[in-house]
Amino acid sequence: MAANSESGGGQSGGDAAKWYELFSRGARDWLRHDEKVRESVRQHLPQIVAGGELINGGSRTVRVPVRMLEHYHFRLRRPEEQQGAGQGKAKPGDVFADPSRQRGSGEKGPGGQEEGEVQLLLEFKVDDIVDWLWEEMQLPNLKARVGASEDSDWVREGWDRRGARSRLDRRRSFKELVKRRGAPGATPTFTDEDLRYRQLARRRQPAIHAVVFFLLDVSGSMSDRDRKLAKTFFFWVVQGLRREYRSLETVFVAHTTEAWEFTEAEFFQVSGTGGTVASTGFAKVQEIIEERYNPGRCNIYLFYASDGDNSVSDSADAREGLSAIAEDACFTGYVEVSSGLSRQLATETGRLFAELAAAGCAAGSYALNDFDDVWGAVRHFFSAESRAEEGA
Amino acid sequence: MTSTDDTWQSYTQRIEELAGRLGLKFHPVDFEAVPDTFMMEIAVYGLPVRMPHWSFGVRYIYQLIQRHMGHSRLFEVVFPGNPGHAYLASSNGLAENVLVTAHVLGHADFSRNNLLFQRCQEQVSEHIVEHAANHARQIQQAIETHGVQRVEAVLDAALALEQHIDVDQSLRRARYPEYLEDKRTPEEDDFRKRFAQLEPAAASSGIEPKKRAPVPPHPERDLLWFVAQYAPEMESWERDIFLAVREESFYFYPVFATQIMNEGWASYWHARLLREADFVPQQAYVDAIKCHSDVVRPIAADQQVALSINPYHLGFAMWEKIVESEGLEAARDIMIQDDDFAFVRNHLTRELAEELSLFRYSARSDGQIKVLEQDLTALHEAILSPKYNFGAPSVLAKRVRNDGTLELVHDYALDGRGLDLERSRKVLDYLQRVWRRPVQLTTTNQAGLALELTAP
Repeated sequence: MAANSESGGGQSGGDAAKWYELFSRGARDWLRHDEKVRESVRQHLPQIVAGGELINGGSRTVRVPVRMLEHYHFRLRRPEEQQGAGQGKAKPGDVFADPSRQRGSGEKGPGGQEEGEVQLLLEFKVDDIVDWLWEEMQLPNLKARVGASEDSDWVREGWDRRGARSRLDRRRSFKELVKRRGAPGATPTFTDEDLRYRQLARRRQPAIHAVVFFLLDVSGSMSDRDRKLAKTFFFWVVQGLRREYRSLETVFVAHTTEAWEFTEAEFFQVSGTGGTVASTGFAKVQEIIEERYNPGRCNIYLFYASDGDNSVSDSADAREGLSAIAEDACFTGYVEVSSGLSRQLATETGRLFAELAAAGCAAGSYALNDFDDVWGAVRHFFSAESRAEEGA
Repeated sequence: MTSTDDTWQSYTQRIEELAGRLGLKFHPVDFEAVPDTFMMEIAVYGLPVRMPHWSFGVRYIYQLIQRHMGHSRLFEVVFPGNPGHAYLASSNGLAENVLVTAHVLGHADFSRNNLLFQRCQEQVSEHIVEHAANHARQIQQAIETHGVQRVEAVLDAALALEQHIDVDQSLRRARYPEYLEDKRTPEEDDFRKRFAQLEPAAASSGIEPKKRAPVPPHPERDLLWFVAQYAPEMESWERDIFLAVREESFYFYPVFATQIMNEGWASYWHARLLREADFVPQQAYVDAIKCHSDVVRPIAADQQVALSINPYHLGFAMWEKIVESEGLEAARDIMIQDDDFAFVRNHLTRELAEELSLFRYSARSDGQIKVLEQDLTALHEAILSPKYNFGAPSVLAKRVRNDGTLELVHDYALDGRGLDLERSRKVLDYLQRVWRRPVQLTTTNQAGLALELTAP
C-alpha cells in the first residue's frame, strides 16, 4: 500500500535499524552501477574531453555529465499517438498539454517502467585519466632528447654525520642505533654517532624543457568540426607530453596565406578565409624557434593540423620550411582533419610529410576523420615517436 | 515493546477475528515493522532479499529521489505464503498500522483464494521469500567463483527477459520430446498379412528410423526456460540463474495481472473492517480513514485530471459497486475466478465509468493530450493494454538453426506495431553472450516492413 503524501517518515533508531542496514542492497547495486558508468566513460574519454581551455592551466578535473544506464528490455516502438486512460474533469474533445512534461519530472508511465531523465555529474582528475589511458593503451613513455647544454640542480646524495637539523634522516639514524647495539632490548638511546644527515649535491642535469608548436590551418576550407577535431587531438598530445617534461611550453600558430601567433584562448576562436599556404606557417614557427628557443637546450615538437589542401605553387617553399624545422625538432606530426571525405593523406601536405619520413626524419602522419579516431591518432604519434627514438 | 505496539497487537488479533467472521479466509500473517529504508528496498527489489544487479541500483536511486521529493510513501508490503509475511513501515502511526493490518488481511484473503494466485503458488510453493533469498545466495556464490563480470552478463540477459515466461506451463517444465511421434502404425488388414507372408524382409523394412523433432516444435514464448534448456554451450550455473529469474517471475505474474482487483479488494476490506471494528477508538478511526482516502485518492490534490488511473481507487470503487449490487457471495466468486482482464471487462460498467469520470485520451509525441469520445470497450482496452503478456511485447523463439543460431520472431501483428529497434539490439547483445551463437530477431520497422536484427 502506498500513498502520495507530503509527510516524511521518522526513523526508528536502535539496533533494529542497524540490523536492516546490513541489507543495504540498494546502495550496493547503485555502487556497481556507478562503477559501470565510470568504465564506459573511460572508454569514451577522448571524445568527451574535448575542452580546449584545459590545455593550459584551468582546473585539472573534468566534469562529465552522464545519463544513468538503462537495463534494456524488449519494448514496442513509441507510437506517434498513444492511448491511455485517465480520470478527472475532462470532456471529449478537450485538449491540454501533458502536465508531467511541464514539470519535467519523471512521472511513471502506465507501464511503470518509464523513468525520468536524471543526469549524473562525474568528476575525473585529468592526470588520472591520462595515466590510466597510457597504461590501458600501452603507450610508450618518451625519452627526452638530451640537449647539448644542461641544467644544474640540487639533488639528494648520500648521508653525513653532520648537517642541518632539518635534514636529519630519522629512519637512517635509527638503523645506525640498532646496528650499534647489536640487538634490540632495553630502551634505545641515541648518541651523536648514530645521527645521519641527508646531503645535497649540485648535479648537472640534461635539459628537460620542451616546447610544442601547434600549427593550425584556419583557411576557409577548414570547418568548425575540423577545428574541433584538431583541438581535441592537441589536448591529448599536450597531456601525453606533460607526462615526460617538467616544463612544457606551448606555442599556438595559425595560418591561411599568412601566419600569426595566438594565445591559446584566441587560437581556437580564430577562423580565417582564403587559401592555404603552409610555408608561411612553417616560416613563422622557424622564426619563433630562432627567437626564443635554443634547439640545443630544448626539445621541440611540432604538430600540424590541416585539411591538406596546400596550394600547389607553395610546395617547394613548404618542403624547405618543414625540413628546416625537422632538423631541430624531436618530432613533427601531421594530422589531416578532413571530416566527411577521407582521402587518407593523398594530399599536397600529406605527401610533404611522407617525404620527410622517408628521408629518415622523425615524422608521422595520420588521417583524422572522426572523434572516434582521436585516440588512434594520439597512439599513432606516440608510437611513431618512440620508434623514431629507437632508430636514432 | 512500546505501549502503542501492545495496543496495535491487541487490535491485530481482534481485526483478524472480525475478518474471519466476515468470511475472509487467509493463512496466518507474520507482521514485521521495518525501517523506511528497508521498505524502500523491498519496493525496489520486489522481494525482501533478492539477487544483486546494477539495474536495481538505478531503480533505487529513482526511489530515493522520489522519496526526497516527498512524492510517495510506503505503508506496507505483503508477501503471500503460508504463513504470509507483511512488512510495515516503522514510521507508521497507530492509526496507520490499524488500517494497514486490515489491508494486509484483504491481500492475504485474495492471495489464498484467487485461482491465478493459487496456480502460480502451487508452482513456486508458499515460500517464495525464502526461495528468492536462496537464489540471492547462490548468485553471490557464483560471483565469488566466476567473477562479477561473467555473472553480470548472465543476469543482464536473464533479467532483460524476465517478463518472457509462460505461466500456463509448469515451473519445472520438461524438455520437448526428442523424437517426433511415430506415425500411426497401419492397421493389420488382410492385404498386409498376406504381403508379410509372401516376403517377410520387405514388410519389416517398412519401419522407418525415428525422426528427431525440431527445436522448438512450435514457436516458444517461455524464453527464459527455452534458453536455459537449449542454449548450446551454457554452463549449468548459468542455466540455474535463468531458472531462478524465471521462478521469481512466476511469483510476480499474478501480482501484476491482478493488481486492480487485489489492491481494490484489500482497500475494500480495510475500509469495511474499520467501519465494523467498534473497538477502535474514534480518533484512531478518523485518522485511519484519512489515510485511507489518501491511498485511494484518484487525482493528486493540486490537479484537475490524472493521466493514469490509481488501481487502488478503481479497484476499490468497483468492489464497492459489486458488493452493493450483487452481494458479498457473488463478489467473492468474482475475486476467486477473475484476473484484471476479466474483472475490468465484465464489471467496469458504463455507469461506473461515468460516475468515476474515467476518460480515454490520446497522447501525441509532442506532449499534446486529447480527450477522446466515450467508448466503454475502448476504455477497457486503454486500461488493460499495458498489462497484456506481462507488459512485454510478444517475442517467440522460432527455430534453432543447425549452426546454433537462435531465431526469435516478434509477433508484430498481435502487438500492433514493431519493436523499439535500439533497445531490441541491446537485448540481443545481452542474449548473444549467453547463447554464444548468433541471435536473430524479426520485427517490423516504422513502415511496417519486416526487418531482421542480428547479434553479433
